[in-house]
Amino acid sequence: MSKIHVTTTVNGDPVEFLADPRETLLDALRDRLGLTGSKEGCGTGDCGACSVLLDGRLVSSCLVLGVEAEGKRVDTIEGLAEADGTLHPLQRKFLEHAALQCGFCTPGILVASKALLAKNPDPTEEEVRYWLAGNLCRCTGYDKIVRAVIDAAAEMRGAA
Amino acid sequence: MRYHTPQTFEDAARIAAGAAGVTRFLAGGTDVLVQMRSGLVLPDDMIDLKHIPGVRDIARTADGGWRIGVAVSGAELGEHAALKADWPGVVEAMELIGSTQVQGRATLTGNLCNGSPAADSVPGLVAAGAMVTVTGPSGSRDVAVETIPAGPGKTALAPGELISAITLPPRGAHGGDAYLRFIPRTEMDIAVVGCAVNLVLDGDQIASARVALGAVAPTVILVPEAAAAITGTALDAAALEALAGAASAAARPISDKRGTADFRTEVAGVLARRVAEIAYARAKGHAK
Repeated sequence: MSKIHVTTTVNGDPVEFLADPRETLLDALRDRLGLTGSKEGCGTGDCGACSVLLDGRLVSSCLVLGVEAEGKRVDTIEGLAEADGTLHPLQRKFLEHAALQCGFCTPGILVASKALLAKNPDPTEEEVRYWLAGNLCRCTGYDKIVRAVIDAAAEMRGAA
Repeated sequence: MRYHTPQTFEDAARIAAGAAGVTRFLAGGTDVLVQMRSGLVLPDDMIDLKHIPGVRDIARTADGGWRIGVAVSGAELGEHAALKADWPGVVEAMELIGSTQVQGRATLTGNLCNGSPAADSVPGLVAAGAMVTVTGPSGSRDVAVETIPAGPGKTALAPGELISAITLPPRGAHGGDAYLRFIPRTEMDIAVVGCAVNLVLDGDQIASARVALGAVAPTVILVPEAAAAITGTALDAAALEALAGAASAAARPISDKRGTADFRTEVAGVLARRVAEIAYARAKGHAK
């Protein structure tokens, strides 16, 4: 089976890889590009651990073929902190609120939360909960996660 | 698996018609990739439709309706204020499907072609009187959306045929549509029963209506008897009672882990009544 050459942009950097056409974007990110921050929880689009932005749109990277990334812009958890290591406000607030336990769902939740705050800088608790309904945390730390997102939103608006 | 990126629907149809093995068309991929992952479907040819110009467009038609490209995502539908104002029921049905992540990719056309009797967006399309353009190796034809589902996981599309657009009719004045489903939780679930109602008023009277039910038969069904029960009425208590009775009578569900046949039959009537009231309020110009 012949591989396909894919040229795309990941976290602002131009990258290329050879993909088996059946391989998912998640597999390409993890196994071809070494970006293992995006996790595979279910592989069937139910858990959100593999969340990335594709051309700015929140998607499950396990439900995208790697070859579909051709010419697109992909943003992953690795691009959330600044290049010098300064954490994004969401990351800082997740630490402050202890909004993670095992941490497996955390990259997906941070990416999904970033997409939420880009669209809605002042979400209600209900809006946060609905937006993140597809991000499962099996340690069930949802309350702290929701509080951390709301607190980060307030800081980013300059309200806290 | 061979991965194709045709530039026209005619080319996509030709590739599919000429393929010997298992073929799948790819738009949002939220069903196809899950089926691949489980080993249920292992395509020999994957035909990605997203390189065809216009597939991401939502456009007004010359007569005031809407043409929705096959790769328009649920999120994009939900962000389109003018479409949502015309057909809130169609849009709210699509927006119920899956998570935010799934909304970023899932499409109306994919939901239709996946062939699930419980597909949330299909009753809304059927009630709206949507048409789909079917393109095959020998050309295109427009057919009513309700002629596409043929049974669980099955469509009436012939090998080599695909849907190249969905068209919603002009909304016109004094019209409203709505969709509700019953699920045992608040989000991220599959309909136990779904119901869509689309109606047009003449004063307080319902001049015409279309009622569609999901998850109570092998396909989504159009229920003319339910529409007849409210046509010519002002949706008074007797009309609502007749509507509920007609909807329940049309239901021929199975019992499964999501609900028993008896429960589904009753809920079909309850939902029809509630959805009709929302559609009526929208047609009157009241919010919601």
